[in-house]
Amino acid sequence: MTTATLEDRNRRTMLFAFGAALAMLGLGYAAVPLYDLFCRVTGFGGTTQVASEAEADAAASRATGATYSIRFDANTARDMPWTFEPLQVTDTIAVGERDMAFYMARNDTNEPITGTATFNVEPKSAGRYFAKVQCFCFVEQTLQPGEEIRMPVLYYVDPAALDDPLMQDVEQITLSYTFHRGLAQDADEAAANNEELR
Amino acid sequence: MATTADGFQAHTEDHAHDHADHKPGFFARWFMSTNHKDIGTLYLIFAIIAGIIGGAISGLMRWELAAPGLQVMGQVVSALGGDGTSFDQQGHMWNVLITAHGLIMVFFMVMPAMIGGFGNWFVPLMIGAPDMAFPRMNNVSFWLTVAGFFSLLFSLFVPGGVGNGAGIGWTAYAPLSTTASPGPAVDFAIFSLHLAGAGSILGATNFITTIFNMRAPGMTLHKMPLFVWSVLVTAFLLLLALPVLAAAITMLLTDRNFGTTFFTAAGGGDPVLYQHLFWFFGHPEVYIMILPGFGMVSQIVATFSRKPVFGYLGMAYAMVAIGVVGFIVWAHHMYTVGLSVNTKMYFTAATMVIAVPTGIKIFSWIATMWGGSIEFKSPMVWAMGFIFLFTVGGVTGVVLANGGIDDNLHDTYYVVAHFHYVLSMGAVFSIFAGFYYWFPKMSGRWHSEFLSHLHFWTFFVGVNVIFFPMHFLGLQGMARRYPDFTAAYSYWNEIASYGYLIMAGSMIIFFVNIGYALLAGRRAEDNYWGEGATTLEWSLSSPPPFHQFETLPVIEDHHSADDHISAKPATA
Repeated sequence: MTTATLEDRNRRTMLFAFGAALAMLGLGYAAVPLYDLFCRVTGFGGTTQVASEAEADAAASRATGATYSIRFDANTARDMPWTFEPLQVTDTIAVGERDMAFYMARNDTNEPITGTATFNVEPKSAGRYFAKVQCFCFVEQTLQPGEEIRMPVLYYVDPAALDDPLMQDVEQITLSYTFHRGLAQDADEAAANNEELR
Repeated sequence: MATTADGFQAHTEDHAHDHADHKPGFFARWFMSTNHKDIGTLYLIFAIIAGIIGGAISGLMRWELAAPGLQVMGQVVSALGGDGTSFDQQGHMWNVLITAHGLIMVFFMVMPAMIGGFGNWFVPLMIGAPDMAFPRMNNVSFWLTVAGFFSLLFSLFVPGGVGNGAGIGWTAYAPLSTTASPGPAVDFAIFSLHLAGAGSILGATNFITTIFNMRAPGMTLHKMPLFVWSVLVTAFLLLLALPVLAAAITMLLTDRNFGTTFFTAAGGGDPVLYQHLFWFFGHPEVYIMILPGFGMVSQIVATFSRKPVFGYLGMAYAMVAIGVVGFIVWAHHMYTVGLSVNTKMYFTAATMVIAVPTGIKIFSWIATMWGGSIEFKSPMVWAMGFIFLFTVGGVTGVVLANGGIDDNLHDTYYVVAHFHYVLSMGAVFSIFAGFYYWFPKMSGRWHSEFLSHLHFWTFFVGVNVIFFPMHFLGLQGMARRYPDFTAAYSYWNEIASYGYLIMAGSMIIFFVNIGYALLAGRRAEDNYWGEGATTLEWSLSSPPPFHQFETLPVIEDHHSADDHISAKPATA
């Protein structure tokens, strides 16, 4: 073994080590979309599901007549000057059947404000079975000064919940929203979304 | 080291013999150093300075917590040049202090001492290498760490929200570290982690390369001293964990300054993701802080028992196992963020699994001592103190590993007691053990064994008086991270603060001891611990020559992992 080959081996080991560090750095960033995907697929942390009409119909065909109580919760972020509340406190729904619930939002300021709602359900294990067909939270909302709107959410609870051991002692599911100031204040786009909703 | 490698003879014979001790001038030697021993010394001095600052901060904290009410924080705000001492500003100063204490002790005291200090000094010596693989990169690592430290100190004097300084905890959880802490202080604190992290990644690369490629002829991986094994595993943990932290805190920076929303719910991000990323780094980080200590304690226990360490391979692979499993238990730090029962069950079980390799190590240290010819020299008493106190911290760790129990104990002083038993007793006791073990080797001068023992006993009593009562406080429900508490918690808090005074007094003994050794200590022999010390650093003078092993030592067939020095016994 000559000195030159030791240098070569050292350089090779160093490149391997730097490569591993770079891969972990990449993995750190890859965690962002992967975590999002993981939550959406598994309902982790009470992440609700999005369902098509066809999926909703399929779920309805498996309805057994069992019921859940749904509690509706509304919050606003600290810097969000809207009044935001559910128009019903609870609903009792048949598992698999679609239900429409309404929330009210009012802009209490003198300027147009765009908001976006984050959401989840409690208990967390209900996330993978709580499916929304339509929701005001899918898009941003813009409210003119003093404007008040009624916003619908069309949802159902997947009958598969009845077979999940983690759902056995669950009688009530809380659906919670928090309105934040929209960060991408694209007022035109949000206004178009509003038109679509009404 | 009976013979030397033939291939290297010709090379060295060309040079004058005193070449090995030719040293550059002061500035070039200490500021542009490429010598692993000098860089190790720089790291140790740096760690001692950072430890004094971090320890002084904890003194302010214990002073504040000595009695209920806010009595000290206002003065601290004024002393650091803050304007106004409102309730919020005092609370912010508390947050700043716990943040600085945590970051300094983790990144600028324990890691530089163990990995930068002892790792740089003794990994090349123990494997029979002339220096580290990349001496210049070694220098870069050190000065990046120093720059990181200054960035953190600088953050104390610039606005960070309610007052000066970054009050975000060493974990820097979003949204406290993003939307809730305007001002440049948090940016500087995050930047300090970037710098220290970059330095550590370069250092880890250097160690991995050195250990893989530059071992003396005949020293197989399975003949390496356990301290070298521990640094190798630690380097891999650094290499794989720190980039994840770098990614997470870079996302914090862009969330703070460039409008991204990785961890901001309003933009579709999730603050809990930050916690996952942080603890994916953070849990390996706690093993980074303790594994080199494991390695040092293994060397020391074997030396002073005059026996080979019990179960060498088990000891080496236990560290590998701890390192591997350490990457898949991170969520036990976040049981209360809303994990499902199944997730908690997994992380509880996986965490408990770590108790198995850890138990192997504790058992093997005791088995090494069993039947040994034990000498209670100062490194040995520190190592035995380490084994005892680390086990106490390990037991409370097993308690906290349970997701169900943690719901009750999360963020209480029970957790504070737990991690100080494994770190400020586990890691710090092993650092002092290593310090007294190698100080005469590094300096060529003897410390006072009497003062070392006195330091041990006062430190032992002090830290136990500080931290043992915290178990009671935590079980009674006292929450961590607050400068004030209800009067019901006064009794044990006052006692803990007295413990700090005892501990601080012991540190005075430590510095007197160093001063005595450097000024008046008698000269140390080559192998001053005698026949129990069998690794290659004991074959060199004390202090070792500026350049060593220009003629590589050879590990021969009759040498085992436990003995790299002895000549081949005569075959009669």
